[in-house]
Amino acid sequence: MRRGAVSYLPLLILAALWELVTRLGLVSRALLPPFSVVLVALAHMLADGSLLRNAVPSLLRGAAGLALAIVAGFGLGAGMALLPRFRAAFGPLVQAFYPLPKTALVPLVMVWFGLGDTAKIVLIFLGCLLPVILGTYNGIRGVDHVLVWSARSLGASRRDVLREVLLPAAMPQILIGLRTATAFAFLLMVASELIIANNGLGFLIGSLGDDGAYPAMFAAILTITALGFLADRGFAALSAHLLRWRT
Amino acid sequence: MIGRIALRCSAFLVLLAGWEAANRLGLIRPFLLPPLTAVAARLVADVASGAFFLNAAVTLYRTLAGFALACVIGIPLGILISRRKLVGWFVEPIVSVGFPMPAIAFLPIFMLWFGVFDLSKIVMTGFSAVFTVIAAADAGTRGVERQLTWSAQSLGATRAELFRDVMLPAAMPQILTGLQVALPLALIVEVASEMLMGGTGLGGMMVNAENYADSVGVYAGIVEIALVGGIAVALMARLRRHLLRWHPEAAG
Repeated sequence: MRRGAVSYLPLLILAALWELVTRLGLVSRALLPPFSVVLVALAHMLADGSLLRNAVPSLLRGAAGLALAIVAGFGLGAGMALLPRFRAAFGPLVQAFYPLPKTALVPLVMVWFGLGDTAKIVLIFLGCLLPVILGTYNGIRGVDHVLVWSARSLGASRRDVLREVLLPAAMPQILIGLRTATAFAFLLMVASELIIANNGLGFLIGSLGDDGAYPAMFAAILTITALGFLADRGFAALSAHLLRWRT
Repeated sequence: MIGRIALRCSAFLVLLAGWEAANRLGLIRPFLLPPLTAVAARLVADVASGAFFLNAAVTLYRTLAGFALACVIGIPLGILISRRKLVGWFVEPIVSVGFPMPAIAFLPIFMLWFGVFDLSKIVMTGFSAVFTVIAAADAGTRGVERQLTWSAQSLGATRAELFRDVMLPAAMPQILTGLQVALPLALIVEVASEMLMGGTGLGGMMVNAENYADSVGVYAGIVEIALVGGIAVALMARLRRHLLRWHPEAAG
């Protein structure tokens, strides 16, 4: 998995191809501005601060929604895995909520929380909740009973079992859930900002598109793509670190 | 037994009872939480007038068309990645960027290229699903046990037979798992695109209701979209059971 920057050479080739087809006039510049023009627009947006001004509120919304979802989702998932009554009561609710495409909640959070930050944070929270619940639940349920029995027979308390046995054994599944949740946070963040907002990266893309400022719009889209990728890589590195005890 | 069923339904019943009570007691403005009966009446009206079927059909059509596009491109490409080194070298980094990316950010580009009607939404949903499909097809064929392919080859299977009778069936469970993730993703993005562009479809209908401050329409819309989502998830599960009826997992 760990490979150098060289492995991303194909992305450079792709960018060169992009530049080539637009320079040769194979694709209309009105439809696809040349890569170099997009880079210039990106430099302008970095210089005048418009990129940062919109990226910060977006990332804060995403982080707030995701953090709330991780705390609540872990609690609910662990509760469902460990307490049969809790599972019986909450399981059907989770099952019913599961197939709902979470973007359908955009108008609802707008009715409840208006057009500002709260609505978007609640949306991201609700969208990220399920992957965290399912990852935690499946992770803890999948732990080998022998591990738990052994620990108990060696005199571990219930708390010790949770912290020293269940949590580490469930960690790979939990991390998979968190990775999905991170991708969802980005998706819902951009979708809700595109639909309605007065700042944020999704808003920036939408308003640049409406103004016909396509090089800047492509630059903003590339920025979001890069942020999503960096978040995912950072996440992969964190997972590898947390799971370094596994062989 | 009855106790268990009661427990299983309790969360729903508490939720619905709380909803109705909050309304009856005037604890909450009807705009924020319209009476259950009003939402139910709207659902019945939408079904009776056919508006539900029309919007649901439009949404499902675009989602499935985009999803089919993602499968037709993604499954062969994913298999090629695992079979041909050069393809893997080129496509893998692109997938690793595309996989975590919020695909909906590309919607303005697709609107620029393909207009504001069905085509841009279909390409959008396909684009949002394709990276998941590629990754699943790649991982699925890569994970096929060597012994299986060696045995088939030593028994004289041709390359085509090896692929059709050994590789593809062995990779099928994982490919289907990928599709089961990709389809809800496509639906999420389809609903968001409809909300952005308006027009027909369940997402467009909901955003219309929102614009007219018709909160009953918003609640009814969520139920209708959830229904379509449930149908899509159930259909994929059925397809999986059908395609894997030979597989040990079908017996369990």
